[in-house]
Amino acid sequence: MEKQNYNYAIVRSFVIWSLIWGLVAVLVGVIVSFQMVEPDLNFPPYLTFGRLRPIHTNAGIYGWGVGVIFATFLYIVQRLCKTPLWSDKLAKFQLYFFNATIIASAVTLLLGYTTSKEYHEMEWPIDVMIVILWVAFGLNIIMTILKRKDEQMYISLWYMMASIVGVAILFLVNAAAEPVSLFKSYSAYAGTNDANVHWWFGHNAVAMALTAPPLAMFYYFLPKSTGVPIYSHRLSIIAFWSLIFMYLWTGAHHLLWTPVPDWIQTLAMGFSVMLIAPSWGSVFNGYLSMGGQWHQMRENYLVKFLILGITFYGLQTLQGPMQAIRTFSAFIHYTDWVPAHIHMGTMGWVSMISFASIYFMIPRIWDREIYSIPLANLQFWLILVGQLIWSISLWVAGVLQAGMWNAMNSDGSLTYTFMETMVEMYPYWWARAFGGVIYLVGLIIFIYNIYMTVKKGEPTAVTTATAEGRA
Amino acid sequence: MWEKKPVLLIVLATCAILVGTIVTMVLPFAWVNTEADRIEGVTPYTALQQEGRDVYIREGCNNCHSQTVRPLVSDVLRYGEYSKSGEFVYDRPFLWGSKRTGPDLARLGGKYPDAWHYKHMDSPRSMVPKTNMPDYEWLRDYPLDPQMIQRKMETLDFPYTPEEIKALEDKNEMDAIVAYMQKLGSDIPWRDTTETTIVGELVNPYTETDQATISSWGSIYLENCAACHGEQMEGEIGPELIGEDYDDEILFELIYSGITDGGMPGFSSLGTDKVWKLTNFIRNYKADGDQ
Repeated sequence: MEKQNYNYAIVRSFVIWSLIWGLVAVLVGVIVSFQMVEPDLNFPPYLTFGRLRPIHTNAGIYGWGVGVIFATFLYIVQRLCKTPLWSDKLAKFQLYFFNATIIASAVTLLLGYTTSKEYHEMEWPIDVMIVILWVAFGLNIIMTILKRKDEQMYISLWYMMASIVGVAILFLVNAAAEPVSLFKSYSAYAGTNDANVHWWFGHNAVAMALTAPPLAMFYYFLPKSTGVPIYSHRLSIIAFWSLIFMYLWTGAHHLLWTPVPDWIQTLAMGFSVMLIAPSWGSVFNGYLSMGGQWHQMRENYLVKFLILGITFYGLQTLQGPMQAIRTFSAFIHYTDWVPAHIHMGTMGWVSMISFASIYFMIPRIWDREIYSIPLANLQFWLILVGQLIWSISLWVAGVLQAGMWNAMNSDGSLTYTFMETMVEMYPYWWARAFGGVIYLVGLIIFIYNIYMTVKKGEPTAVTTATAEGRA
Repeated sequence: MWEKKPVLLIVLATCAILVGTIVTMVLPFAWVNTEADRIEGVTPYTALQQEGRDVYIREGCNNCHSQTVRPLVSDVLRYGEYSKSGEFVYDRPFLWGSKRTGPDLARLGGKYPDAWHYKHMDSPRSMVPKTNMPDYEWLRDYPLDPQMIQRKMETLDFPYTPEEIKALEDKNEMDAIVAYMQKLGSDIPWRDTTETTIVGELVNPYTETDQATISSWGSIYLENCAACHGEQMEGEIGPELIGEDYDDEILFELIYSGITDGGMPGFSSLGTDKVWKLTNFIRNYKADGDQ
């Protein structure tokens, strides 16, 4: 295998840019977390919580999340297909257009050009850019797979293809809008229909952008890191098909107790609980692949990231279905419990897997040994502790506030006014901001470690061209 | 064999994705926003209200405020009648939100007088001292653009008259968002139907309570009443309370049920005990002032 055939330059670029947007996402996240405890930190009209929060979420999902997807998919597809990219020029275009799209998103959101739809706030011209970007990316991946040297396709490739198709369908349907001007449009759907379409998108964007791709990475990088193949191919097949089939039924669990028809809510609730099975199928496939290899948790920092990542995925996919049950949703929905849940997924599961994937690729795409493994270990603990402080403080806050919202006097009146419950949140919001700062420090150490690797790292002893069979 | 045929895999995966999509996302269009959903009295937004709605969207208010009251006891007691599908037929996009950092706004319309909203938007903390809502007084500096609104009304197919559009020339974004707040959830006459009727004889349980104890209930007044009636009951948005000479029972009823067409919300959600404490505090405070 002549590795010089592979286009690693594009992977390097996407790694760098995903890190930059990841840093922006976390930085803005920390800023808005302080705005929640200190309203004087809002500087209208541009730097208010209402405008910055969508920048935080979209930079996280599209800048960091999708940036890492681009980097890892472009790497994995070449390795698994044992062939260079279908088109280097298209990949180059994808890189420039990706950054143009992210910058345009950030600027327009700051200016207040928004559709208000969560995780899909960007106005229609940027939606068009995202569609072009996704087509360029998807086409390159699929065409590369078509000209692969290995007939059998490894599981990571299935998740990648499902993700490419899934995101395309979701995004196109939810983006439908009637433009008024270049910067203003109205949704093509109204009221309850709009809500139902949007959360079909919202929840499945999580499935197709923040679940399937990290699973593709996990299934590839775990065996690569441990040197031991995945435990069960059959289990991965069952988990794959049931996951992509069942996910799409569950969007309305974001809309329990709203005017959306009851039967849709009930279906969403049922399928959400069923989703535990395929999710945990992948979790256990990961754990069982570690049979006899658990000592690597001590010795191999990559494994630590990957196993903690899949553990958070397991917790996430147990907590999620729990929240999707009507009675529990009635209690917990609209409180701070929900952001705590989301952040376990993004800071724990998706980012842990992303960190491991990048750490794994760096020596291979830059031909440099990682600058400092102690720093990587320090980063691991900062990320873990930061995220746990973040989520646990808000779980407690959510239960507290939900309890206060529901507390009743003996005469059937409410015990607390809304403000009495809100002021109780401040200590927890401070704790959350503190957790966010720790996480940010962890991320900065990660970026520093990679910077130093590229600048000063020792060249890799043996070129990695050998021993690169499929896991 | 699909493991060796990428095109087949993509086709199969697409089919798997489409089943749930069609059942839970496409099919509901047959039931939602149809004649069966329609509620008489639900009207499109006026030009001013729609402009306010667009300010609400632009400023990302939906990041902290939801707009659906769930059919749950605590939701209905706190916010009002639960939301119905037919109330949202003119909402493009929907603004139900997903987080209540601030309270739900679905039934806000008509709860407070306009003056309350202007003051609250100018400086939320002047009325609710510990809130984390930022100030929006700067909305007053931005006049509306009637030409743009005309295009919006055409896109949305909302009825409007040239006079209505022209009348917006001297309005600003603050006027617009307040108009929008007052429209929220007020298309159905729910306030009339949920008025609380007090059954039985009202007896003030605190007639024997000493002055010092009654004075200690001032915090309930400050939290719930001072924003409109002033910290010293001197009156501002609501009337001055010093010198009012209602009977205990009548004052209790006024606080408990509110004066819905006079802009005073009812405070039955505080519970009878707190309302009695307020009644006594207010009457007692008057006595203090005389001394």
